Amino acid sequence: MRRDNKIVTTEEAIKKFVLNGDTVFLGGFAHLYPYAFVHEMIRQKKENLTLCKHSPELMADMMIGAGVLRKLIFGWFGNPGVGSSHCFRRAVEKEIPQALEIEEYTHFALTTRLKAASMGLPFLPTRSIIGSDLAKYNPNIKFMDCPFSDEKLCVVPAIHPDVAFINVQRADAFGNSQIWGAIGDIREGAFASKKVIVSAEEIVSTEVIRRDPNRTVIPGFLVDVVVEEPWGSHPSYAMGYYDRDNDFYIDYGSRTRTVEGFEEYLNEWIYGVDNRREYIRKLGAEKLLKLKPKSFMSFAVDYGYYP
Amino acid sequence: MENKYSKDYTTQELMVAAAAREINDGEVVFVGIGLPVLATLLAQRTHAPNLVMIYEAGVVGAKPARLALSIGDPTLFSGALMALDFHDVFAMFLQRGLCDVSFMSGAQIDKYGNINATVIGDYNKPKVRLPGSGGAYDLGTSKKMLIIARHEKRRFVEKVDFITTVGYLSGRDSRQKAGIKGGGPSAVITNLGILRFEKESKEMYLETYHPGVTVQQVKDNTSWNLKISPRIFETKPPTQEEVMLLRNELDPNGIFLK
Repeated sequence: MRRDNKIVTTEEAIKKFVLNGDTVFLGGFAHLYPYAFVHEMIRQKKENLTLCKHSPELMADMMIGAGVLRKLIFGWFGNPGVGSSHCFRRAVEKEIPQALEIEEYTHFALTTRLKAASMGLPFLPTRSIIGSDLAKYNPNIKFMDCPFSDEKLCVVPAIHPDVAFINVQRADAFGNSQIWGAIGDIREGAFASKKVIVSAEEIVSTEVIRRDPNRTVIPGFLVDVVVEEPWGSHPSYAMGYYDRDNDFYIDYGSRTRTVEGFEEYLNEWIYGVDNRREYIRKLGAEKLLKLKPKSFMSFAVDYGYYP
Repeated sequence: MENKYSKDYTTQELMVAAAAREINDGEVVFVGIGLPVLATLLAQRTHAPNLVMIYEAGVVGAKPARLALSIGDPTLFSGALMALDFHDVFAMFLQRGLCDVSFMSGAQIDKYGNINATVIGDYNKPKVRLPGSGGAYDLGTSKKMLIIARHEKRRFVEKVDFITTVGYLSGRDSRQKAGIKGGGPSAVITNLGILRFEKESKEMYLETYHPGVTVQQVKDNTSWNLKISPRIFETKPPTQEEVMLLRNELDPNGIFLK
């Protein structure tokens, strides 16, 4: 295993690892969304990106509105618990600010594409999609007869994103990454992608990781660089660190109904701050305290020591 | 006292109580957000204490300490029985056939219970772009799918613009023949009545109308010629206990019950 310290800043990670035209994967489901990386991609005005994300919510909505995305591979697109994603709808219904190519799956089928890639297989079968209209508009969805029975199955091809962005609760300086709570598609996405960039709410010593290996989702040797980015998932959440900022989702939903409203939002929360530290300062202590949950510790397990 | 039907209730409370009665004790329920959450919690607090709540975010046996505002709410994970990968929820629970009940809604629902949550109009040039399937297709493969929706003409259409979640496809045994697992839709609970599907044809029909609603009103809000059960009756209102639980304990701040 490489033993060099991989810690960089978010700015450096995006500058070095995202090339215009890349296919980017963002890890998580509602939990641990890598918002700090998304904001930095927008600030650095990356172009022509393809995003592979089953539930891209506000992350992709901001990227579409800011003109960063050319294509979206997805399963569900809305503002969760709130309503529509306005930039997405403007792009698909009216080509504002530009046309957006879409490739659509169910959540299950798209995660199955990552699963296939993560296992080194060219495709995987699934029972998803059969009988729906999704296959009519997506040539990557095919069907096959089971070679062992008379069942008909849907098959989807492996997908290997150029770069995966993953936010985790804790990692060591070498990228060994641990999460708890909703794991989402983080394991499949990391193992499927050509490069893996991790941000962590906290950088911890390798001893912390080694004392609880069942919690590790990505081994450090798969990880290219690591960033320490507290509150890296706001306005989504990091279990045990902070709650989802529901007011922020509601505010985004109402302010981005118009192009002007979205531009204002972008200027305030993304272009208007230089980095995540400034963003957190702008959120303010009162808000941060409000989002901090009360502690609810697990009981430690005994792995035993076997010299 | 607790079995007495309430005289004071809203249509939403009636819908939630009706949905809760569709859940049996011990069943595995794939829960969404909004009224389905309340229906599941209400069932758990009354006749189905042993139901198991599964959420798409990857949680089995959720025991939320507050009303979840989104399906990924952290309160679903704290105190749950099991947390797992997103893919596992679909592969090892839904696809494996372990889910008994799921809840569904949609912008369009047709007479065979097919649901559209993708686009209104042409897919490539949509009039309205909706969020898409997400987990909805696969939730539709549970043993019984419960549809909760507002009863309006533009929603209850003869044929959906896009099939996102499969109901009974074109009726009869077409769902089964296409190789789709699960039992298909079992009830449609609207603000006007409860609808079910004929045993043979699989066409939707009106089984009950809510107190104060007329059959004609339901027909007027459905865009095909809706079949009516020959044994049609009035929906049973919620009990006093159900209304009390919903108002005082399950949604005291009126987050979902407006």
